[in-house]
Amino acid sequence: MIIAIPVNENNAEPSICVSFGRAPWFLFHNTVTDETQIIKNPAANAEGGAGIKAAQFVVDHTANVLITVRGGENAAEVLLAADIQIYKAQGSTAKENLALFTEGKLEKLESFHAGFHHKQ
Amino acid sequence: MKIAVLSGKGGTGKTFVSVNLAVAVQSATYIDCDVEEPNGNLFLKPENVTVTTVHTLLPDFDADKCNGCRKCVDFCRFNALAFIKGKPKVFPEVCHSCGGCVLVCPVGAVTEHGHPVGRIENGAYGDISVVTGVLNLGEASAVPVIRAALADGLTGKRHSIIDCPPGSGCPVLESVSVSDYCVLVAEPTAFGLHNLQMVVEMVKMLNKPCGIVNNKMEDPYEPLEDYCRQSGIPVLCRIPYSETLATLNAAAQIAYEHDESSRTLFDTLLRRVEAEVKP
Repeated sequence: MIIAIPVNENNAEPSICVSFGRAPWFLFHNTVTDETQIIKNPAANAEGGAGIKAAQFVVDHTANVLITVRGGENAAEVLLAADIQIYKAQGSTAKENLALFTEGKLEKLESFHAGFHHKQ
Repeated sequence: MKIAVLSGKGGTGKTFVSVNLAVAVQSATYIDCDVEEPNGNLFLKPENVTVTTVHTLLPDFDADKCNGCRKCVDFCRFNALAFIKGKPKVFPEVCHSCGGCVLVCPVGAVTEHGHPVGRIENGAYGDISVVTGVLNLGEASAVPVIRAALADGLTGKRHSIIDCPPGSGCPVLESVSVSDYCVLVAEPTAFGLHNLQMVVEMVKMLNKPCGIVNNKMEDPYEPLEDYCRQSGIPVLCRIPYSETLATLNAAAQIAYEHDESSRTLFDTLLRRVEAEVKP
C-alpha cells in the first residue's frame, strides 16, 4: 500500500502541510517495502486548478491512501474516482500520522471545501 | 469614445456616474459589465428588450475513440482536466474554453458543446441603448458574459459608457481593456482610497488615461486629496454628499433628469472627459 501526505519540507521529519493542492512536497510511503520518498508537488505554483493537478499527481504515484488536513471538492472528486481513501491528519508531523494510520486511529475525511480560487 | 467607469471598492457610485454620463451624452450606449449584480437597468429602464444566451464551450470525450494518450490532460494549463482510470474528465468550473484539448487530441476524440453561463439583455431607454450582461447564479467566471456584453454593445460609432464590476481582477480587466478612457470613482473613506490606488495601478499597467471623480464629498478627505495631488491624476469633478441625490437614487430616478445642479455637473464631467481623450 502507498500512503501520500502533503508536507512542508524535504527532510527526514517533515511537518504536514495544511494545504493539499499547494503543498510544496508530497511524501509517499510504501508500507510493503517500508520505503519513503519525498517528491516536489508540480501543482504548488499552479495558476488555477492546483487541487486537481495535485490529486492527479497523487493518483499517478499509485497511492491508495491520502492523509491530509483538508482538501477541495475538485481534488476529492479526482481522488475518490481513483478509489483513493482520504484520512484526516492529526498532530503536526508525517511520522506520527503514519503511525496513527497503522494503528487505525485516523478518521476518514468526509467534508471538502469549495476551493479558494476565484474568491474575491 | 469608450469610457469605462470603475472604482475598486463597491458602492462608491460607479452605476450612478455611468448612468448619468450616459444620459448626458444622450445617444449613448450604456453597457453594464457588473454581470454578477447588474443594476443600471433600474435607472435606465430599457424597453423592447431582446435576450440572447451566452455560452461557453466545454469538451466532451468520446470514450470509444480515446486512446488514453493523456495529451489533452497534460496540455491543459488551467488544470481543468484529470485522467482517471484511463479516461479524461473535465471540471467545468475550471475550464477556460480555450479549445486546446480538441486541437491536441491525435485521434479526434474531443469535441465541444455549448454550456449556458448567462445572458445579454439589449433594450433602449429613449435614445440610449442599454446592454446588460447577466451571469447565471453559481457560475465561476464572469469574463465570458462581459466579453459578450461588450461585443454586443460596441458595434456602432456611438459613445459607450462601460459600467465595470467592482474590484481589480479579471472581470474588471476585461471590461476596461477596450476602453479609451477610465473614470475612477472614489469615495472619501480609507477603504475607498485603498481600492482606488489598486485600480490606478491596474489602469496604468494597461496604459489607459484616467481621471478621478470624487463622490459623496463633504469636507475634503485629506488622504484622498493628497493622493490625487501626488499621483498627478486629474480630479474631473466632485459630487456632493447630498440628500437630494440619495433620495433620487433610492427612488430609481436619474439625477440628471431631475436635479439642475447634477445636470451641470455631469455635462461638465462629460466635457472634461472628452477634452482628456482628445488632447
